[in-house]
Amino acid sequence: MGAASRFIFRRRGGKGWHWTDIVTWVWLVGGLLIMFGPAVWLGFSSFKSPAALAEFPPTILPYVTQQVNVEGYEQPLALYEASLPDGSTQVLAEVRRIGIVSQMVDPNAPGEIIRVNIGDRTPVRTMSFATENYTEPFVQFDFVQYLWNSVFVTVTATLITLVVNSMAAFALSKYEFKGRSVAMLIILATLMVPLSVIMVPLYSIISAIGLFNNLWGVILPTVATPTGVFILRQYMLTIPDELIDAARMDKASEWQIYWRIVLPLAAPALAVLAIFSVVWRWNDFLWPLIVLSRRELYTLQVGLSIYAGELNVQWHFILAMTVVTMIPVVLVFIFLQRFITTGIAGTGLK
Amino acid sequence: MGQITLTDIKKSFGAIDVLHDVNLHIDDGELVVFVGPSGCGKSTLLRVIAGLEKVTGGSIDIDGRRVNDVTAAERGLAMVFQSYALYPHMTVRQNLAFGLENSKMPKAEITERVGEAARMLEIDAYLDRRPGQLSGGQRQRVAIGRAIVRRPVAFLLDEPLSNLDAELRVSTRAELAALHARLSSTMIYVTHDQVEAMTLADRIVVMRAGRIEQVGTPLDLYNTPANRFVAGFIGAPHMNFLQGEVAERTGDSAIVTVAGGVRVHLHPVEGSMEKGQKLTVGVRPQHLVISADPTSPKVKLRLVEALGSETVIHGEINGERLMAVLPGQQRYRAGDEVPLDLEAAPLHLFDENGMRIFSTPGTQRRLSA
Repeated sequence: MGAASRFIFRRRGGKGWHWTDIVTWVWLVGGLLIMFGPAVWLGFSSFKSPAALAEFPPTILPYVTQQVNVEGYEQPLALYEASLPDGSTQVLAEVRRIGIVSQMVDPNAPGEIIRVNIGDRTPVRTMSFATENYTEPFVQFDFVQYLWNSVFVTVTATLITLVVNSMAAFALSKYEFKGRSVAMLIILATLMVPLSVIMVPLYSIISAIGLFNNLWGVILPTVATPTGVFILRQYMLTIPDELIDAARMDKASEWQIYWRIVLPLAAPALAVLAIFSVVWRWNDFLWPLIVLSRRELYTLQVGLSIYAGELNVQWHFILAMTVVTMIPVVLVFIFLQRFITTGIAGTGLK
Repeated sequence: MGQITLTDIKKSFGAIDVLHDVNLHIDDGELVVFVGPSGCGKSTLLRVIAGLEKVTGGSIDIDGRRVNDVTAAERGLAMVFQSYALYPHMTVRQNLAFGLENSKMPKAEITERVGEAARMLEIDAYLDRRPGQLSGGQRQRVAIGRAIVRRPVAFLLDEPLSNLDAELRVSTRAELAALHARLSSTMIYVTHDQVEAMTLADRIVVMRAGRIEQVGTPLDLYNTPANRFVAGFIGAPHMNFLQGEVAERTGDSAIVTVAGGVRVHLHPVEGSMEKGQKLTVGVRPQHLVISADPTSPKVKLRLVEALGSETVIHGEINGERLMAVLPGQQRYRAGDEVPLDLEAAPLHLFDENGMRIFSTPGTQRRLSA
């Protein structure tokens, strides 16, 4: 603890505050708020009831106005803390509101109506987590089905990505042949072509080979990524050629060289690509939306969009499911951070 | 088993010719060292023999069979690489077994061979470690072990000692020599270090710029170098070369003037030497001695290196540099003038093209001003 606080409160000048210390603090704290604020808001808001979400001014924490059942009234009544004309404050239940006057009763003596100006009362609120935001989609919607589709697409696409891209990278890094650099350049050049440009032809192809409304139609167009080939090739270039020569002397076939020597040694780069691929495939929205039109095939991201209807957006479900959807990606980041940073540093890519 | 014949080997990388018409026959059980400055093509020649590079021309025969189009794996050779090239993700045991597994050898035999090689090289204790957990010397042994378990027709070693520190290099060198004696299989050893070449080789192949300059036993090369390059490359410190010309030639004696007037008296001489012929006199630093005769040519000392057992002096005689290794400890300092003469030991004469005219074991010779 001592070491941590010493590290955090370390200052440039040793004693006193240098202006760069202040700038650093402002920058870091501001950055933290900007980056982390929306995530915190999302987390807490996913526990709010629809009423609390619509409330103005918005709150960070999920509050609920307390309600009480009062004798003689069918509906539960909302509790308020009211300041009475005699200067005392009392917890009262609101029966109805007329203009700026609120008619209230004492829950313990419900016979008498007390009139209070609405400016003189504040709602009695307690924190409450609307866990039904999470539980209901599991029951009402095909959440589990969407989750399974997402997992299937992500895992399969990532595995195929790793195999296909590492093979291409192996050939482009360890074999000498005419046009090697040209091939690499062409692959890299495809980085500049955005999905929106090739969407229509890609759609034609997918539909022509009958993969429309099929999870493979989501998986196959994404597995060969120029980024993946580039990351792996750059890494494989650092594997000494002498190792490959040694394996050749050891009677290893080209497949064995790839599978038993190069692939294990490229593990750090493969890990980086695996992480990227999982995140990409998990968060894919546009392409699955185009290819998949049957509900039971939806991935999570597409499934989430159906909570947003034409007339009515069920924000509480969207927020809650967004949190659930984020969990795998966040876990990947937490546990594989080290690989990601080395990967980014190693390739200069994001 | 283990005869290798190279006939007119040519190798080019694109437009660059790396090997020119290399011819060499290596006998079974021989330890042949390829030596030469970096870039001379010695490693390329080794890789050509190994099958890791294809030849551009000529033929390679192993045990009488032409192997030009045989893959590296099928040639039955084993190679020890400069960087050892151990598979970092495998344990020592897996490293040793990898080649045997690939040739579909039964498990029991693999275990036996790995165990045998490990005992021979004293690496049994590290069999379950990975190369990253071993010291340089241990890695070296594993690399050799990986070659031994294959029981190859011949071993190819590419500068195997260059990554070791000086002390370890000397002891490993001795072990390699012992290993060769024990396995008595053909070995081809590439190095740029002439001391390694001299100590290990049955025969040395001196290479320069893709050509073989001379092939011979270490002492052959030392005593009768075929040309200036070999003479300068073999022996440490390297040979002194003095430009000169034949001043007198009578019968079987001759006088050569070098370094602006120093006269070298030679008797007897052989070969063609005519008065006025330009040539180079080569004399090893060990073969110069302090002259008792004060009229002998004097060398002005520029640097004195006292090594304890011997003293190396760097001097200048009429503007030509000269180095001499004197026995024991000498009380000279830079700036002194020392009279030098030739010891009764070989002297080498080279013609204008650098080819040897003759070397003189046992001739009478002396220097005079």
